[in-house]
Amino acid sequence: MEKTIDIGQYVAVAVKWLTDNLRPFFDFIKVTGNTGIESLEWVFVQTPFYIIIALFTFIAWKQAGKSIAVFTLLGLTLIYLMGFWEETMQTLALILASTFIALVFAVPLGIWAAKSLTANRIIRPLLDLMQTMPAFVYLIPAVLFFSIGKLPGAFATIIFAMPPAVRLTTLGIEQVPKDVLEAAHSLGATSKQILFKVELPLAMKTILTGINQTILLSLSMVVIAGMIAAGGLGEKVLEGINNLDIGLGFESGLSVVILAIILDRITQAFGNKELSK
Amino acid sequence: MDENRPVKIKIEDLVLIFGKKKEKALQMLKQGKTKKEILEATQCTIGVSGASFEILENEFFVIMGLSGSGKSTLLRCLNRLIEPTAGSVYINGDDITRKTHKELLDLRRTEMSMVFQKFGLLPHRTIIENIAFGLEIRGEDAEIRKEKAQIALDTVGLRGFEDQYPAQLSGGMQQRVGLARALTNSPEILLMDEAFSALDPLIKTEMQDELIALQEKFKKTVVFITHDLDEAIKLGDRIAIMKDGVVEQIGSAEEILTNPATEYVEAFVKKVDRKTIITAGTLMHAKPTVARLGKDGPEGTLRKMRATGLDVLPVVNDQQIFMGFVWVKDAIQCAKEKEKTIHKILLSDVPSVTTEVTVEEMLPLISATRSPIAVVDGEEKRLLGIVTQNSLIIEATRFDEQDIQDLKEQANNS
Repeated sequence: MEKTIDIGQYVAVAVKWLTDNLRPFFDFIKVTGNTGIESLEWVFVQTPFYIIIALFTFIAWKQAGKSIAVFTLLGLTLIYLMGFWEETMQTLALILASTFIALVFAVPLGIWAAKSLTANRIIRPLLDLMQTMPAFVYLIPAVLFFSIGKLPGAFATIIFAMPPAVRLTTLGIEQVPKDVLEAAHSLGATSKQILFKVELPLAMKTILTGINQTILLSLSMVVIAGMIAAGGLGEKVLEGINNLDIGLGFESGLSVVILAIILDRITQAFGNKELSK
Repeated sequence: MDENRPVKIKIEDLVLIFGKKKEKALQMLKQGKTKKEILEATQCTIGVSGASFEILENEFFVIMGLSGSGKSTLLRCLNRLIEPTAGSVYINGDDITRKTHKELLDLRRTEMSMVFQKFGLLPHRTIIENIAFGLEIRGEDAEIRKEKAQIALDTVGLRGFEDQYPAQLSGGMQQRVGLARALTNSPEILLMDEAFSALDPLIKTEMQDELIALQEKFKKTVVFITHDLDEAIKLGDRIAIMKDGVVEQIGSAEEILTNPATEYVEAFVKKVDRKTIITAGTLMHAKPTVARLGKDGPEGTLRKMRATGLDVLPVVNDQQIFMGFVWVKDAIQCAKEKEKTIHKILLSDVPSVTTEVTVEEMLPLISATRSPIAVVDGEEKRLLGIVTQNSLIIEATRFDEQDIQDLKEQANNS
């Protein structure tokens, strides 16, 4: 069928307008963002591997118990021995930076959506869009705005990974029992006190689930972001695909899986601890 | 009731409407339209329609009604957890509906506290932190918070539970925490929304008794919401009965039971079969004069009977355990025979009941015997009190003492 409605051209025009007129703004973000991510990367890469392994094993042991700690120790050692340490650390830095930025936006947005019906009406369809749009599509504006490299990778990752954190923050706050809220109101609590002393603590477990989801989604996106030269394990996976090198593909893929399991178990354990109180 | 006490809370033409077209609904209400008409025209429901009454200082005021009667809504208007649509609420003569948000917060922090049906405790905080929450909101120092919370904790009998979490406590204990939290702010007004309705009956009774004791000690103005007439009668100095957002009657328990103002109140009161409510525990004469087996001889027993003007006395052993009754005529006979003890004349084949047995259940017991009924505690049969036949019949028939005397005489003469 012939194309009768061309929404795409408007999107293209809008993006072009943004890139033409807000160039200095995007450049500024790109420079600061890149600096941030690269410094984080530098810290992870420069720190001796055994210290990082020890640190993660310790956190896993404290938070999630012995078996997860053993898995962390063995998994990270395996990654090191396979020769993917530097890429893994790059990926980790990108994930942590993306997750952090995603949460900076997601948690306040989630709170806002829980408090205001209007906000909820605007935010919800946006989240639907962000979650269902094929992840690769984000790479296009990311490249147009920021060209290739770490920051556009992070940008695409943030958009893709943010929705669950927003949704679960909203859900967590909406689930705070009415009687607890009434009790706090009856004692004369201000809205700020209600938010910080009642709503956020009671929603914490749900919010942590959201954070966990955001981390895992970042991890899956980071590989895709490898296509725009974001570096890390993603590039190794791509290299494997391009060269039809099954060995390389499997090893780098396995590294992603190990990293995912470690991050998932540790963040989940944070959430469960919150629950058991 | 002391009518000279100052008015603490005054409610004037209070209206609360749920829905969007409040203005129109309010107008229709003023024109005297029914709830149904208003609902059809505006999709608004009337929570409270024009309530006006006064609550005195230190009064225990109960608002009673079935669910949907607007009682909880009315209560929430008193601290503006729900904004009244029209009308005024005066606290100490101050119209709180005109207060700014900040003044309102201040009022809630110092003047009034609320206790909730579902407790409303913070699950992530320990008991002591929960109790101190109101003080924390108020911005008091940690030191003072801890001190005051500890006092409130002791008051409600939860010493030792400071560092537990709410989920580790039973419902009754959680409500004690709720009560302690309300008390730490040392408010003059306590708002209690079905505070004991979620508790099982035994705990409920216990909490009611403790609340009565607390009220005697602290003398707050209490506004207590319940759907349970039994509870209302037990606790309230005065009771307001609500139906469909309207206060149908206000009065003491006695007034409401004897002179129901409207058919609704009457139906409510009628449903309460007093025979099934009044128990041996409330009806009994506690700590009656007793004859002690092995200690009091016939002469001693007679002297006690003369002193009290009774012709029958319960007998207990040296451990306060109920053994039976002695009658005056047997004691006289016994004294003539110079007996040393009353073992011979002790009638031990007599009924005894525990405190929670109702009038209805006790009635069959007195047809077989002339003796009063002993009230004992369940396990060891320690004597707690006695229920006389007269008081039992008064309760069951609502005849007064004179009627019963006449009936008895008639029966004896025929």
